[in-house]
Amino acid sequence: MVTEPVLDIRNLKVDFATRRGVAHVLDDVSFSVAPGELLAIVGESGCGKSMTALSILGLIPSPPGKVVGGSILFQGRDLTRLRQSELRRIRGGDIAMIFQEPMTSLNPVFTCGEQIAEAVRLHQKASPKAAFARAVEMLRAVGIPEPELRARAYPHQLSGGMRQRVMIAMALSCEPKLLIADEPTTALDVTVQAQIFGLLDELRQQTGTAIVLITHDMGAVAEMADKVAVMYAGRIIERGPADAVLDNPGHPYTRGLLASIPRVDADPDADLPEIPGIVPALTDLGRGCAFAPRCALAVDACLAAQPRHVAMSGDHSAACIQLESGEVSA
Amino acid sequence: MYRRILRQLLYAAALILAVLVLNFLLIQLAPGDPAEVIAGEMGGASAEVMAAIRQQYGLDKPLPTQLALYLGRALQGDLGMSYFYNRPVVDLILSRLGPTLLLVATALGFAMILGTRLGMLASRNPRGIASALVTVLSLVGYSAPVFWTGLMLVILFGATIPLFPIAGMIDVVKQGGPLVRALDIAHHLVLPALTLGLVYLAQYSRLTRASMLEVLGADYIRTARAKGVGERQVFGRHAFRNALLPVVTVAGMQFGAIISGAVLVETVFSWPGLGTLAFQSILARDYPTVLGILFFSTLIVIIANLLTDFVSRLLDPRLAGGR
Repeated sequence: MVTEPVLDIRNLKVDFATRRGVAHVLDDVSFSVAPGELLAIVGESGCGKSMTALSILGLIPSPPGKVVGGSILFQGRDLTRLRQSELRRIRGGDIAMIFQEPMTSLNPVFTCGEQIAEAVRLHQKASPKAAFARAVEMLRAVGIPEPELRARAYPHQLSGGMRQRVMIAMALSCEPKLLIADEPTTALDVTVQAQIFGLLDELRQQTGTAIVLITHDMGAVAEMADKVAVMYAGRIIERGPADAVLDNPGHPYTRGLLASIPRVDADPDADLPEIPGIVPALTDLGRGCAFAPRCALAVDACLAAQPRHVAMSGDHSAACIQLESGEVSA
Repeated sequence: MYRRILRQLLYAAALILAVLVLNFLLIQLAPGDPAEVIAGEMGGASAEVMAAIRQQYGLDKPLPTQLALYLGRALQGDLGMSYFYNRPVVDLILSRLGPTLLLVATALGFAMILGTRLGMLASRNPRGIASALVTVLSLVGYSAPVFWTGLMLVILFGATIPLFPIAGMIDVVKQGGPLVRALDIAHHLVLPALTLGLVYLAQYSRLTRASMLEVLGADYIRTARAKGVGERQVFGRHAFRNALLPVVTVAGMQFGAIISGAVLVETVFSWPGLGTLAFQSILARDYPTVLGILFFSTLIVIIANLLTDFVSRLLDPRLAGGR
């Protein structure tokens, strides 16, 4: 794609000061998203997906968190260098975010309409009445029946799926250039998950908003994503166009993730393949590949140095020593 | 909605009845014979006079009869005659209720407004100086007994820097219109209200701080920040209203405690309220008055609880929906 990216993250490094030492929560994270594009960030819990999202908005808890290197270019401006007041204007305006917990992400003491209207008034000149009308309009746009009524409802009066729709309505109320969706469907029923993904996809096509989707759901990735970034222990270990990554995964970890998706056509009695072991603590990563202790293909060299990203085809690259030596065993 | 109110009122009525019976029985357990006290006041009496006194106050009847008579009269708004003041208990209490309510309301209002502000201030930077000051203040305020604080304030403002009057509610020498009178009362109110309020100020500031810190970690605060709400609004609008809920609940529950605290403060500052009356009545074994005061405090606590319930519902729409 030739278009200028909306978001271009380069070599982002975020550290957390913990009691057990400095944790490199994000290490050398780079990716970019073009207008209308959907980038999926996948990986296990605790691999830095949500931290990536929060650091884009300047919302990492600080202290203990701190951006120690790299840049986050949004429409050419480096967000890591902006003051809080400037960032605040971008938050909710040009960049909006929805979270994984719709049950608790809305303030219980304000009506849904009030909360959407507040977002509108923070970024646009609008009377309270106009802002509320906009809120109703947004609720209708995200497929909420009887939006006038729902706008006056409090969050606890709505179901989880409805609340996530309210969150999406709020996020889109100021027509953001970029929407960050942090596991937007994790807490929802399967049928509602499909509806929410469908809604996001539809809105993206209508408005041209770029989306960064953080998810576990490889099915949704396959269906919607243009690009995929696979994260492990604070690093992106594979990235590329969705088709390329899904069809021809370069990193053993990506292959493990893909193998552990339940399939309808699989033998129902067979165990679901899983990746052995757990994500390592970010405070004591060795010098080498963080995945090596869990990797079936690991050799001694894996522990010696951090593997470089190796291009596999076009934009598709993965950071595995096996690719460096040319022994692609995909 | 109306059903709920009706149910609560019925519940309150049953509670009042139970309290009346319990108080009556409790006071019977206390040692001492009111007839002897009355006789003592008169400078001694013969056995016949004692019998006459017992008959006059119904003390010669069996206990169940006394209880039935008491309840019957109480339902008609008659709480008996004070042995000591020789006035109807209800009149006596009503004349003292105003000053006590004024004192308690001022103390609670001051503690609530300033305490929540301080707590909010402290939550802005939980490791900062303001937070440390609030923590120390609340520890001191929490552990210092009310009468001690009162006496210290009396020494400070009565003797060292004589800014405020240290006893009574009005200056009998002062003449003037209602405004002068109101200012005079306010002037007298400062020290007792401060003394009574300090403990609660400490509690509310600490509670608000803890509550704010908890609420600030909530997902909806992150949502508010993510949509571009400024820090001032995040604290004052999104977090504070949620953080206020436990404070209101605790304040409502403490209303009974603050009335017992008023007994001490009123005694120290000679405030002509229910507390002073309770103190004197207990010393004088003026049982009808003591019972009356207990009854009125129960009423106040019940009303305070109903009000707390109402305010909580206003603050939290999740409660308003009913059960």
